[in-house]
Amino acid sequence: MAGSTTSPPGRKTPRFGLGADGTSSPLMLMVKIVGLSLVAAVAVWAALPLIRTDNWWGLAILVGVTALAFYVYLSPRTVPMKYLLPGTLFLIAFQVVPVVYTVSTAFTNFGDGHRGTKEQAITAIEGASVKQVPDSEIYTLTLATDGDAATGDIVFLLGEPSTGDSYVGTADGLEPLEEGSFEAATPGGKITAADDYTVLTVEEVNARQDDITAFSVPTDDGAIKSQGLSAAFEGAPQQSYDEECDCVTDATTGNVWVADDEEGSFVSEDGSQRNLAQGWKVNVGFDNFTRIFTDDTIRDSLLRIVAWNFAFAILTVVITFALGLLVAIALNNPLMRGRTLYRSFIILPYAMPAVAMYLVWREMFNQDFGLVNRILGTDINWFGTTPSSMFAILLIQLWLGYNYMFLVITGALQSIPSDLVEAAGVDGAKPFYAFRTITFPLLLVALAPLLITSFAFNFNNFAAIFLTSRGGPFPPDNPDAGGTDILITYTYRIAFGGSGADYGFAAAVSVLIFLIVATVSIVSFRRTQVLEEIN
Amino acid sequence: MAHTTSESAVQAATGSQPPELVRHGSAKGGWFRRTGFSHLVGILALAFSIFPILFVVSASLNPVGTLSSSTLLPREVSLANYQTLFDGSFPRWFLNSLIIASLAAGISMLISACAAYSFSRFRFRGRRTGLMSLLLVQMFPQFLAIVAIYLIFAEITELWPAVGFNTSAGLILLYLGGALGVNTWLMKGFFDTIPKDLDESAKMDGATHFQVFSGIILPLVAPILAITGLLGFIGAINEFLIAIIFLREDESKTAAVGLYGLIADPLTKNANFGEFSAGAVILAVPTVALFMYLQRYIVGGLTAGAVKG
Repeated sequence: MAGSTTSPPGRKTPRFGLGADGTSSPLMLMVKIVGLSLVAAVAVWAALPLIRTDNWWGLAILVGVTALAFYVYLSPRTVPMKYLLPGTLFLIAFQVVPVVYTVSTAFTNFGDGHRGTKEQAITAIEGASVKQVPDSEIYTLTLATDGDAATGDIVFLLGEPSTGDSYVGTADGLEPLEEGSFEAATPGGKITAADDYTVLTVEEVNARQDDITAFSVPTDDGAIKSQGLSAAFEGAPQQSYDEECDCVTDATTGNVWVADDEEGSFVSEDGSQRNLAQGWKVNVGFDNFTRIFTDDTIRDSLLRIVAWNFAFAILTVVITFALGLLVAIALNNPLMRGRTLYRSFIILPYAMPAVAMYLVWREMFNQDFGLVNRILGTDINWFGTTPSSMFAILLIQLWLGYNYMFLVITGALQSIPSDLVEAAGVDGAKPFYAFRTITFPLLLVALAPLLITSFAFNFNNFAAIFLTSRGGPFPPDNPDAGGTDILITYTYRIAFGGSGADYGFAAAVSVLIFLIVATVSIVSFRRTQVLEEIN
Repeated sequence: MAHTTSESAVQAATGSQPPELVRHGSAKGGWFRRTGFSHLVGILALAFSIFPILFVVSASLNPVGTLSSSTLLPREVSLANYQTLFDGSFPRWFLNSLIIASLAAGISMLISACAAYSFSRFRFRGRRTGLMSLLLVQMFPQFLAIVAIYLIFAEITELWPAVGFNTSAGLILLYLGGALGVNTWLMKGFFDTIPKDLDESAKMDGATHFQVFSGIILPLVAPILAITGLLGFIGAINEFLIAIIFLREDESKTAAVGLYGLIADPLTKNANFGEFSAGAVILAVPTVALFMYLQRYIVGGLTAGAVKG
């Protein structure tokens, strides 16, 4: 049977082409032609911007993928691939590539202050140290971008009041604006609109404050920097890079910082100054991983977090399973009336939007206004201490999860042959004994894969923590690792938290999480022999 | 009451005439033993399940609209919160949610059905590896790759703004990346239960592989299609972590992102709670309706996948 599925017996092996896999009806041929034309059309549409921006690597990949699609759908030998190709392409583009990228980031120091190349770091350092040259020109400034307000590159639209000229300043330098391509209040005054550029509103300026502060327009004498939101000045850099010594020197103080290519930073030559804030991205090997296990603060909080992470995931599975089992057995009673009604209401939480319900629960546990405190007549700050916070989180998890367990256990109970239990009853076994020795083991075997999946899901259940306790309460000495943090919320805080992004380290912890979950899952799947059954 | 009488009856019976009356579940076993326990557990579970839902509904009808004045049962009923909600951006968010969730769920259902057909019916090189890799890729917490996803999409936004940040199309494409991983295993288990003889006999009659797939297999796996469609829909309508980074403009937000924004600020969340609750109730309507409609498939579908692995 295997291998013979591509063509019916007695037919010649078809050749390459539209009817290659036996497609013969006019309708199906039409569908195929339309489908492949769409692929071609999308490819052409996608190619245009790539050509415009000279992105030849991107274009090569695009051409390759399109050719592959045509080959797969026109060849008679690639039948399994015809069904796998769309999903695989999406999987590679939006899951595999980001994962590979993340893993490679784990071996770098990528993060705030270490984003770009060394050249970019030097430009930024020189640009940031620009001080106004005496008697230099003050320009009127309009902030704009060359594209979308939120993502386009910042540009300065500049007017020079003394001469009446107008310029556009980009990261490449200063260029005069053509007459008629812009609107200004007066010659050399504030520019209100310009072709090809989007003038930013006050809100948009606020959103991009950091980009604007870091931006400068290089000129012959130094650079143009913004001064507030509507003026810019030309100035000369105080700190400049010298290729000879591979170092940065401060003209006023005479301090020298030498480039350290291992660390990706400019390090003070005599050790008297701190490293320059702006560094560049370098490969740091296993440094991030060593840091996890050797840095005292990180190691201590990490041990605690890992322990709670396991407890959280295991307890969630255990309590939801236990309550689901109890309710499923109670309702699996053929004599009982109104079972459908009970069932519909009991599983209702499973159908509710979880994000909203986490937030509702959080507010029910609110100390001042919450329903829980009002009903109990207490004044407990539920998310204020670690034990009460853990209790609240687990209760919420129970509410959100036991319905699902109830559903699947009910299904599994009905699929266990009733004659087994009846036979045990005939042999004199008491109901509980029969349940413990026959029904329960069969249930566990049937549901083991689901329980493992549930564990793996809850191990990384970001929303359950982030939307309720936010990982808190936080000990005063370590605001980065809260009492109910699990690895993934902890990592999120390192990567995006207030105290500066450290993507490299966050990526290393992600890899660690992946290893833990993968190991636990593979070991338990092996034990339940699910993997052995792939046939 | 019933409990004690039945127990004492059993005790009295076992005392005097042991062999006759130890009949479990007999008419003389009493109401509690037969269905009372079931009803008790059922009522407690039901109460636990619905009280937070009752609270949201009640808070959404509360005319004052603050968290501190919300009760489990409404004291006064008014639709003021719904009015405020619909005067704001919510209709737009809700529409975005529906479009994104139904397209993402529908397309990923098709993609994973195709993949499951391939894995279930064909034998080819890399099949086992493919299945194992799907399992492994899933275990990488996807949103930890969010920095990478952000950088990739920043590039995409520059090149093709139509599928970049703040577009539904871009977010749907991103969700489709997870289509294969989540459901293929569940579906393959279900596909495997359909006898291969059916395919073979259709092929003898000259059906192509696609006719077998669309004409024979797909109708037979309707329950699992319903399940994956429903789970995909619930998943997408709830998805929040990627969406909140992806959708920054008010117009493009989904309901989950928008509602989170309503009570994100500790200073205003007490005042906005009624409006938030109204939004949560409305957001629940499509999922609950779908759930009720597809209920008969759900138990069978979930456990079929579970038992077959």
